[in-house]
Amino acid sequence: MSRIDLKVNGRSHTVDVELDTPLLYVLRNDLDLRGPRFGCGLGQCGACKVIINGAAVFSCITPVSSVKSEVTTLEGLSQNGRLHPVQQAWIEDQAPQCGFCQNGQIITAKALLDKNPHPTDAQIREAMNGTLCRCMSYFRVQSAIKRAIKVMADGSHADAKEVVA
Amino acid sequence: MSSSERLPKHIEDVLVTHRRGFLKNAGLLAVSFGFFGPATVEQVAAQSGEPAGSPGPYRDPDFHQIDSWIVIHEDNTATFYVGTTDPGQGTGTCFRQLMSDELDIAFDKTTCIMGSTDKTVDQVGSGGSFALERNSWPMRRVAAEARRVLLEMGSEHLGAPVDQLEVNNAVITLKADAPNNSAKRVTYGELIAGKRFNVTLTGSNVYAITGKAKTKSNPELKYAGQSIQRDDIPAKVDGSLKWAVDVKLPGMVHARNVKPPFACAKLTGIDESSVKSLPGFIKVLSKGNYVAVVCEREEQAIRAARQLKTTWNKPPTAPFPTSEDLFNYMRTATPVSDVRPGGPGESEPHPSSRSVAEGDSELRNQSSGRAASSGSGIQVPPSRPPAARNPEMREPVSGPMVVGNPDAAFSSAAKIIEAEYEIPFQGHTAFAGAHSLADPSNGQMTVYTNDMKSYSMRRGIATFLGMPHDNVRVVWMMGPQGFGRSAAEDAAFEAAWIARQIGRPVRMQWMREEETAWDTKGPAFLVKMRGALDSGGTLVAYDFHARSCDHNHVGYNEPDSVLIAQLMGTRRAKPAAGSAAMPSDMYAIPNRKMLGEVVGLPILWETPLRTGNLRDPNGPQPTFAAESFIDEAAAAAKTDPLEFRLKMLQASTQDDNGFRRARSIAVLKAASEAYGWDSRPSPKPIGKDNILTGRGVAYSFRGETVVAQIAEVEVNRQTGHVWAKRLVCAHDCGFVVNPASLRHTVECATLHGLSRALHEEVRFDTEKVTSRDWFSYPTLRHADIPQRIDIVLVNGDPNPNRPDLPPYGAGEAALKPMLAAIANAIYDATGARIRRVPFRNDRVLAALKAAGV
Repeated sequence: MSRIDLKVNGRSHTVDVELDTPLLYVLRNDLDLRGPRFGCGLGQCGACKVIINGAAVFSCITPVSSVKSEVTTLEGLSQNGRLHPVQQAWIEDQAPQCGFCQNGQIITAKALLDKNPHPTDAQIREAMNGTLCRCMSYFRVQSAIKRAIKVMADGSHADAKEVVA
Repeated sequence: MSSSERLPKHIEDVLVTHRRGFLKNAGLLAVSFGFFGPATVEQVAAQSGEPAGSPGPYRDPDFHQIDSWIVIHEDNTATFYVGTTDPGQGTGTCFRQLMSDELDIAFDKTTCIMGSTDKTVDQVGSGGSFALERNSWPMRRVAAEARRVLLEMGSEHLGAPVDQLEVNNAVITLKADAPNNSAKRVTYGELIAGKRFNVTLTGSNVYAITGKAKTKSNPELKYAGQSIQRDDIPAKVDGSLKWAVDVKLPGMVHARNVKPPFACAKLTGIDESSVKSLPGFIKVLSKGNYVAVVCEREEQAIRAARQLKTTWNKPPTAPFPTSEDLFNYMRTATPVSDVRPGGPGESEPHPSSRSVAEGDSELRNQSSGRAASSGSGIQVPPSRPPAARNPEMREPVSGPMVVGNPDAAFSSAAKIIEAEYEIPFQGHTAFAGAHSLADPSNGQMTVYTNDMKSYSMRRGIATFLGMPHDNVRVVWMMGPQGFGRSAAEDAAFEAAWIARQIGRPVRMQWMREEETAWDTKGPAFLVKMRGALDSGGTLVAYDFHARSCDHNHVGYNEPDSVLIAQLMGTRRAKPAAGSAAMPSDMYAIPNRKMLGEVVGLPILWETPLRTGNLRDPNGPQPTFAAESFIDEAAAAAKTDPLEFRLKMLQASTQDDNGFRRARSIAVLKAASEAYGWDSRPSPKPIGKDNILTGRGVAYSFRGETVVAQIAEVEVNRQTGHVWAKRLVCAHDCGFVVNPASLRHTVECATLHGLSRALHEEVRFDTEKVTSRDWFSYPTLRHADIPQRIDIVLVNGDPNPNRPDLPPYGAGEAALKPMLAAIANAIYDATGARIRRVPFRNDRVLAALKAAGV
């Protein structure tokens, strides 16, 4: 076991785990976060995704000792008690069915829009294609992304726009 | 008596605490959350830092008491307790809408607690798309009765007769035209909070209970019929929801299974020294062929399970053919049973080992009886061949159901067409991997699960562990999917058994490869069909012969068929036969022969190819065959496939299925109008473009719900890739309680059908399932999603003079015709008929080549 320092959602933590422990289990079991979830443990479905250095990363296959930058999880997207526009769009469009995969959908969409605020439909499909949903909420997720794009472009969520991983 | 005496102490505590917590966070949650949301007691408890539960024993809430269903608080809010579960199709919100309407209380002043065996009455949980069709009625009657009782109390309080009173938002006042009208008022909370209703309802079972009050008619409902946002979504979006995977208890340890490397393997050795020195290692547990490891931390258990050295013997014969050989095997196998007459794909062929609540079997029989007489438009003939007894089976083997004289019709036909359809095993492959936490504290057993049937789980685990019923409780919490008999049940039994062995709370979770390989499968079907057309192009005879590979169909939470019981060797002696359902269409075809048979794999136990209920368990398979075949008949008759169907629905008949035919016609016409269908035979003339486009239609009933779907596809001639560019679904499930929520469910079910059409197939060699992850068991992805989806809610009775059509089930129906709609569209685009599911690129390409396209 080794002591590892982590910064998650703006807060610093020290955990005592094996170096190769996947980040996912540290986030869930040591830091009590519920956003990232086990879907496959293989980096195939995206349920475990978090944002590191602006990229949506599979926390299930990321050794905790390799994480050198701040980690943002689903819980860290809201700012000053306000949901991120992507999350708000998810509610407006009622995107989830069971919702278990939605952490990955939201995190992937957020990372996409941070890099490319005006993606085409094809770019949305491509960026989201590795994030799976077994309830098949995909159509709604894509609608919600388009809503979020519009809202963010309108600048009506100026506060929330400042939230950057 | 105060409400805190009425309820277990901790519930009152957590409710109060939760309200405080809500106010504190109101700025965040007010986005669209109800006054207080749908969190379960345990979620609330965990969020508020309360201990997770009472020490037990856990007695059944009495469904005869209003107090078991409704609690009204001092602040004039209400909590509804219902014995169902909502894995994400919005039924919890619908229950609140209906109960708020019947009670006359504002929707946002209510909350709903679901599916925990010690808090809510046994309504089975969820399944069969029965939430609104069946389970909502007792809730409504109880709420209506509570309103009646409160009005009587209000009458005494205000000194005015009941007929001079009215209720608005849980406040009783005198009517404007009442004599001695005054501003006097009293709230429900003032009348009942802190006290019990103490009103006993009548009725022999939970579905039959009623008070004296009548429920409201549809036009009187205020919230039902409105698109109120689902109350579970905000907490799923902001990360605050506590799921079943999130429960943690002091002293909890982590378990992982070590599955046999091949089907029906016999464990010959465990080398515990291979893991003993690993950090956090606690124990290897084993009984029969069941093996699990327990460690302090989750990643430690995962490592130990992977590293544990075990040795196994193979069975003397191959447990099954390969997935490539499956249909050849099924073609030549000896059937073990035929389908029981009638059931056109009803979803609950295998109720739990105990009949669900007393009287439920009666309802079930009524339901299937209805289906038998009207579902397939045929009557069971009096001249059934004599039954032969197969010692393996519960049901006698018998011959086909025959209507008219199909042999004569075939011999005088102008044209005979034949086709054979193949639908492989398909899986739940739920996200997460099956999981559960079992807590053996205080000599009790509390199981936290996302399984949709918490009540049968309680009975099953009590029996499996040999514990008294009252010492076991099951707490339902949110989880992934919930499409039937998933492996969530297996994981819960395993967690409970291990917790009993080691005396600590045990969290069990299956890994991806376990879930994909070992979850229960929807049965594979092989369907042979023949049709006779007369010289006018009318389908005059029809021969449907289905074989399903479904010999050992595991039921819900059966202590003697759950996987751990199979592996430990404590399984039942005889397998439970599955079924091969009949088509559900209402076409007037005068001569029909219909036969459904079940075949089994060589080895039935301890195999990953075990069948169980998967969303519309035997609906999509026969519907794919039957609705593809109707298209083939239309093409043979050179008739537009939609008009061909309408003609068979409009033909005059002597039977009493006019109402179902009228609703069939209504959805087909609604889908046609929404799509902009142009009448012409299929296939359309094939041009030279690389991308070929076409459209197909299919329709079916599921229970009383009828669905018509149209797919427009693009087929890439060079790659064989199929993209469903546009989908239309016309859906009639009677009265619609929440249109937006229903559209959501229908849309996702439609896409689930698309996933099963294009991608899903369980693959295996002769000893193990080789579909083990999301690549070897592909499902629909973002890139597959149509450009446009139109959902048309046909909403009920074509006769406007009958406004009170009740709500029917909607959780599964839109999955059913999709496979055939896609296949028919591929044919329309290319002239190539694809009869094997799924329509992978290589198969489509082969079909195109065979058709010379």
